[in-house]
Amino acid sequence: MAPVLTIKNLRKAYGETVILHDVNIEIEEGDFLVLVGPSGCGKSTLLNCIAGLEPITGGSVAIGGREMTKAPPKDRDIAMVFQSYALYPTMTVAKNITFGMKVRGVDAATQKRKLEEVARQLQISQLLDRKPGQLSGGQRQRVAMGRALVREPKLFLFDEPLSNLDAKLRVEMRTEIKRLHQDLGASMVYVTHDQIEAMTLATKIVVMKGGVIQQIGAPSEIYNRPANMFVADFMGSPAMNLIPATVEGGRVAISREGDEPILIDLPAGASLPRDVVLGLRPEDIVEPGARHGAHVVPARCKVEVVEPAGADTYVVSRLGGAAVTARLSAETQARAGHPLDVAFDLGKASFFEPQTGARLN
Amino acid sequence: MSDLSGYTPERTDWGRLALRWGLFAILGLFALWYLAPLFVMLTTSVKTLEEIRTGSLIALPREITFEPWAKAWSQACSGITCEGLRPYFFNSILLAVPSVAISTVIGALNGYVIAQWRFRGADTVFALLLFGCFIPFQVVLLPMAKMLGLLGLAGTIPGLMLVHVVYGIGFTTLFFRNFYVTIPADLLKAAKVDGAGFLRIFVSIFLPLSVPIVVVSIIWQFTQIWNDFLFGVSFSSAGSQPVTVALNNIVNSTTGVKEYNVDMAAAIIAALPTLLVYVVAGKYFIRGLTAGSVKG
Repeated sequence: MAPVLTIKNLRKAYGETVILHDVNIEIEEGDFLVLVGPSGCGKSTLLNCIAGLEPITGGSVAIGGREMTKAPPKDRDIAMVFQSYALYPTMTVAKNITFGMKVRGVDAATQKRKLEEVARQLQISQLLDRKPGQLSGGQRQRVAMGRALVREPKLFLFDEPLSNLDAKLRVEMRTEIKRLHQDLGASMVYVTHDQIEAMTLATKIVVMKGGVIQQIGAPSEIYNRPANMFVADFMGSPAMNLIPATVEGGRVAISREGDEPILIDLPAGASLPRDVVLGLRPEDIVEPGARHGAHVVPARCKVEVVEPAGADTYVVSRLGGAAVTARLSAETQARAGHPLDVAFDLGKASFFEPQTGARLN
Repeated sequence: MSDLSGYTPERTDWGRLALRWGLFAILGLFALWYLAPLFVMLTTSVKTLEEIRTGSLIALPREITFEPWAKAWSQACSGITCEGLRPYFFNSILLAVPSVAISTVIGALNGYVIAQWRFRGADTVFALLLFGCFIPFQVVLLPMAKMLGLLGLAGTIPGLMLVHVVYGIGFTTLFFRNFYVTIPADLLKAAKVDGAGFLRIFVSIFLPLSVPIVVVSIIWQFTQIWNDFLFGVSFSSAGSQPVTVALNNIVNSTTGVKEYNVDMAAAIIAALPTLLVYVVAGKYFIRGLTAGSVKG
């Protein structure tokens, strides 16, 4: 079966300004692809290019195995949900949902059947006669999704659909979108700047920065083996600790202010340059005795800040000149200004080249 | 919200009260000043000539007669013909209604394209159209006369219509462009994804949103075209004159006694349609002028 979406060497420029550099993406039937990155990274532009709302400067786009590079949006077999919902203000909810079918000349009986089906699915049957102005943010969001669902497209496109909702509703709708994806088995491309949304929804994540793809992979891969320091820093909350270190004689040394450096044995077979940046997730700095193995190294750190977060407590210390956060249990005895015994679990440690930021191991 | 039910004013602020009444007094004075001419016109138009000669300008009429109105409408002389304002009034309607409609439709389409279908050079086109709003009437008189002559429309109502439509497009485009620019671009994108084309999107989505600005455009254009004198006097011939030109001719025809009551009645008749448009659509006018973003 042909991939649902194939993007080859896509380039997008406005005059001299290049927005997207050589983008290559392929997704299979049922994939949930999330484009994530800071604002201005080109993710929304890429989505518009996929939709055919922006012409591309170079490369090609194919949807469902059919060449679509120059096709208008209506011929691409896509549906799109917008950040601002973009509901037609003068039409009722029902008309909003059926507008596309009306334009395509779908007969009235089918329109009615599909409208009822989607309204039931999204629990908006009681809203069909209202205008968008009379709806709450969450309801508008549902209507916008309904408008996309009735299309039954090959590919769903979401442009930051949850960013206008308040925090609680956002989490609810996130779950709902995930459920919808599972129920429909549909293929989706979803743009967000929120890395948690990306992690929870995606089957495949594309991390972008400055119009360049930094890494493509499954959420676990992105999280555990970030391709560079940007991805390491962007994905995960709190962010991955990036600690400057030096490698000498098979050991990694992390300097400490007013104390002996911490020395950690490298895993066997690893060959690294002299200067590296050690990447360690906050949950891989643990209480001593919590984990065992050759890759667990005890150390004593001076605690600078303690941030209780309910289930966990974040403990901030300073190593190698960088602030280092550990995610400890809520029962931790850590107190600001006092030393604390912790253990570094290097089993999942990443090493980066300090200049380029590229992954070394 | 805080509970205000327990709130009682501690004391009356005399200074504020005086200021407020002072303000009302000044406003009232200005209103009187502004309304005085209308009052004089109305009262004079229903007085007899005899009463006008002997009575005071601001006195109420002793007996009311609608004879001057009837005369102004159908018998008053302008130049050599004595048909009153009636034929010219209908000329103006024949001129204004299509001109307003055409310039509004073109302005709406222009605004829609410039604001939403951004094309290369859209800003330049808009700037040029905007510049058109500031070209003084006098500057275009001669070239326009030449144009109308070439088109064979000189001295006809369609010719005058063309002049008003061309002159109005700058303004109507400005209105619609500024209105449509506040509509989020996502709306157009959503409609494109839904499969609608250029005209479909305009008619089904943008036009229904545009009621306030359509009203603004209609009021503006109607007032401009109805009240226009310069184009009317320059580009019309004996049979195709608009009401403003006819009014001037009636008032300035100096045969015998000056009939102030007829002149006043004629002036009010000539002004009535614009007044009517304001009364009917005035509230939309304010709403349209202040229309901001469209929530959807």
